[in-house]
Amino acid sequence: MSVEIKNQSNHIDESHSHPKPMTYFKVAMALVILTALEILVFYFDWLGYGIIPVLAFLSIAKFAIVVMYYMHLKFDSKLFTYVFMSGLILATVVILWLMALFGWFV
Amino acid sequence: MSDETTTGLSHRKLLIWVFLGSDCMFFASLIGTYLIYKGSGVLHPGPADVFDIPTTSVSTFVLLMSSMSMVFAYAYLVRDDIKAFRIWMFSTIIMGSTFLGFQVFEFSEFYFHDDLSPQTNLFGTTFYALTGTHGLHVTIGVIWLGIIFYSSLFRNTVTSKTNLDLDLAALYWHFVDIVWIVIFAVVYLFGTFTGFPSS
Amino acid sequence: MTTIPFKLPLNIKLYRPVSPTGVWGWLTTVDHKKIGVLYGVTAFIMFLTGGIEAMLIRTQLIAPELKIIAPEVYNQLFTMHATTMIFLAIMPLSAAFFNFIIPLQIGARDVAFPRLNAFSYWAFLAGALIMKSSWFLGGSPNAGWFGYAPITTATFNPGNGIDFWIIGLQVLGVASLAASFNFIVTIINLRAPGMTMMRLPLFTWMTFITAILLILAFPVITVALIELMLDRTFDFNFFNTKAGANPILWQHLFWIFGHPEVYILILPAMGIVSEVLPTFSRKPIFGYPAMVLAASFIAFMGWLVWSHHMFTTGLGPIANSVFTLTTMLIAIPTGVKMFNWLGTMWGGDIDFKTPTLFAVGFMSMFLIGGISGVMHSFSASDYQQQDTYFIVAHIHYVLFGGSIFGIFAGIYYWFPKITGRMYDEKLGKLNFWIMFIGQNLTFFPMHWVGMQGMPRRIFTYDSGMGWAFWNGFETIAAYAIAFGVLIFVINMIKSWTGGKKAGDDPWDGRTLEWSIPSPPPVYNFRDIPIVKSLDDFWHTKQKSSNSNTKVKSKTKVSDIHLPQPSYWPLLVAVGLTIAGFGIIYNLVFTGIGIGIMLITVCAWSFEPVNEPDSH
Repeated sequence: MSVEIKNQSNHIDESHSHPKPMTYFKVAMALVILTALEILVFYFDWLGYGIIPVLAFLSIAKFAIVVMYYMHLKFDSKLFTYVFMSGLILATVVILWLMALFGWFV
Repeated sequence: MSDETTTGLSHRKLLIWVFLGSDCMFFASLIGTYLIYKGSGVLHPGPADVFDIPTTSVSTFVLLMSSMSMVFAYAYLVRDDIKAFRIWMFSTIIMGSTFLGFQVFEFSEFYFHDDLSPQTNLFGTTFYALTGTHGLHVTIGVIWLGIIFYSSLFRNTVTSKTNLDLDLAALYWHFVDIVWIVIFAVVYLFGTFTGFPSS
Repeated sequence: MTTIPFKLPLNIKLYRPVSPTGVWGWLTTVDHKKIGVLYGVTAFIMFLTGGIEAMLIRTQLIAPELKIIAPEVYNQLFTMHATTMIFLAIMPLSAAFFNFIIPLQIGARDVAFPRLNAFSYWAFLAGALIMKSSWFLGGSPNAGWFGYAPITTATFNPGNGIDFWIIGLQVLGVASLAASFNFIVTIINLRAPGMTMMRLPLFTWMTFITAILLILAFPVITVALIELMLDRTFDFNFFNTKAGANPILWQHLFWIFGHPEVYILILPAMGIVSEVLPTFSRKPIFGYPAMVLAASFIAFMGWLVWSHHMFTTGLGPIANSVFTLTTMLIAIPTGVKMFNWLGTMWGGDIDFKTPTLFAVGFMSMFLIGGISGVMHSFSASDYQQQDTYFIVAHIHYVLFGGSIFGIFAGIYYWFPKITGRMYDEKLGKLNFWIMFIGQNLTFFPMHWVGMQGMPRRIFTYDSGMGWAFWNGFETIAAYAIAFGVLIFVINMIKSWTGGKKAGDDPWDGRTLEWSIPSPPPVYNFRDIPIVKSLDDFWHTKQKSSNSNTKVKSKTKVSDIHLPQPSYWPLLVAVGLTIAGFGIIYNLVFTGIGIGIMLITVCAWSFEPVNEPDSH
């Protein structure tokens, strides 16, 4: 009945509907391709400032894939998503605003 | 009280997610400092003088693959395939250590070859603080995984029943990986891109 | 003493203690109630030391051109006074209530991570000792509680004072973060059956929101402090203006943390008041969902206003206007709360016991502090008020008249539950009136001298400025506050040792903590309650008042398994302290401290959590 004992019971919400290793491998290949694209566009000088949205898109895509599949947020309780995303979104908003105050976007 | 929690979720898993949400603010502050100081103070040696994108691409690749290896280890543990679990666990630890090796190599290269120390300029200060903090996170992750690996090898205490122990370490490990995804794009690629009109 | 043996890697054998007694029992305790008492007593002692610092400050200012205290010591005094009151008194006093009350209010037997909870306390104690030891180890920090860099860098501030401040705050941050993670998980995951989020008592809600704010705000100050530490200890350039560093960066990072921090200080007090008022008005809280939403909105907006602390740094008209607007917006949800408290009392059968007095005192003082806050939320008028005693008046109205009054209301309200004894009502009321009058006489005139231009953080002032009378007046009134606190201490000691027995439910309470004996047994609830509505306990009492038969408990006490004591939380905190002092004096000790922490954390995680008989 102790609170900590139940911490040790690890069978809660596990081992259901998790992807197979093959899916994980496909995800890894997607990550490799996206990373390769990042490095490729890095050498396209003609992109100019266009590099920023391209890099942002590619790294956000990688970020999202890892979080959804490897950290299995896609399959887990929505509560975990809320908890993590609130930290992530707040961090992004505050830092972007801070950068704006330092004249980054003018 | 039974084994049930109010939400049916384990305390410890909720804890690690709350911690990761909080850690986002931590890294955001470090990355924010880096970006705010980008291009101020003494400019050389700067990112373009020291970074070697091909080398860092390799270490980035290694860290990405360690994440894959980590999910494999977890998937096999859940299926109680202890042998496969140990193999993937070992490879995760090796890849994590390889990443750290790359970082040590990179730091010593910058320090001894390019004369960039944390004291040199604002770039050195913010770069070493940011990537050093990330490296520290990786080190903690390697130690954490190492203890689980040791427990599996010599104490045989890691089974599908205790998969949550590994799950928590894995979540932490992937988080360290995604932080590196951001650092790689923001600090390395964006930092040394040569196509901006003014430069 | 019985112990449970367990094995670490490398076959090291260790033992987990089972129900130790005496001092050893306190050192290894994981019981949230004992930890709550430890928090409360330690934090109150810190509150007294912060009060002594305040009295020294006021004594120096009693008349113009005095030299009782040297300017250098005066700087240390005001820095330590603020740091103590914020980080060592108000926050941990709130944490004392979180610990003691939250599990009782949600119908749980302990928090989600009892050992982590013990660690939070020991780390808090470590941080407090590091911070306060600076008085005896060559001088305290002297740059204000906000420690603006570059004035805190080694160039401008040699000596160890600032290092104590950095390390002390880091350790306190670890303590607060650990506690907040714990309370977030506890409140989400350990609610009794039927206790939905919208049936949570408001104090629990405020704790929840405070904890969320804390885990998001503290990482920012942690980064800022690490940067400053790297600057001071390893010559990094974060705040080195010669290397091109921006002197405003610290202010931004500090206030991104600092503004949520002020809500971390006030929200728990608001929660306490939201418990006290319905109980003593004998009415349910007015507008419960609005209270929850208002607090959530305050917490969210708290992130978007930080630069109003920096209007005079020259952010430009656009930034100043935006931050003026966002700051003014916060007055709306705060007003909602104020009206809801009034609505709760309106038409109620109000019983003016000491907790009610403090709660009403809180409302009125916080209202005045809030109004002066709206005055300098407007950037144009803030230019006049920045760094004057007007701001000192404002923060003392919200933090002393606000947070501390709220906390005192909580102490009186829950004293019977915590100790099982009743406080002395006469002394309690005397305590309130002296503190209430003292607070207004001390801090209200500060508005006037502030408007006349008296700057804060000056160790003395010229006799020709016309500030002499009110400063002397304020000092005398401040002594009255000290006298009020003395009465409080006497009341507490007298009542704790010899007060009359309080009974389980002396206030005819509404929330679950009043349904169990006072003081609560170690297991809190013999049967975990089933909750059917908001204020469920009160409704149950209404229904069963005529029948008056108690349901026989089905649970045998011997069947209730509680978390076992552990000495690792204490030992990890010892490692943390050694590592912290190492950064100030010699990095070898940091290495030793980190080594101790690694080993003890490892031992902690391998400690068996099962009962001896369940092996």
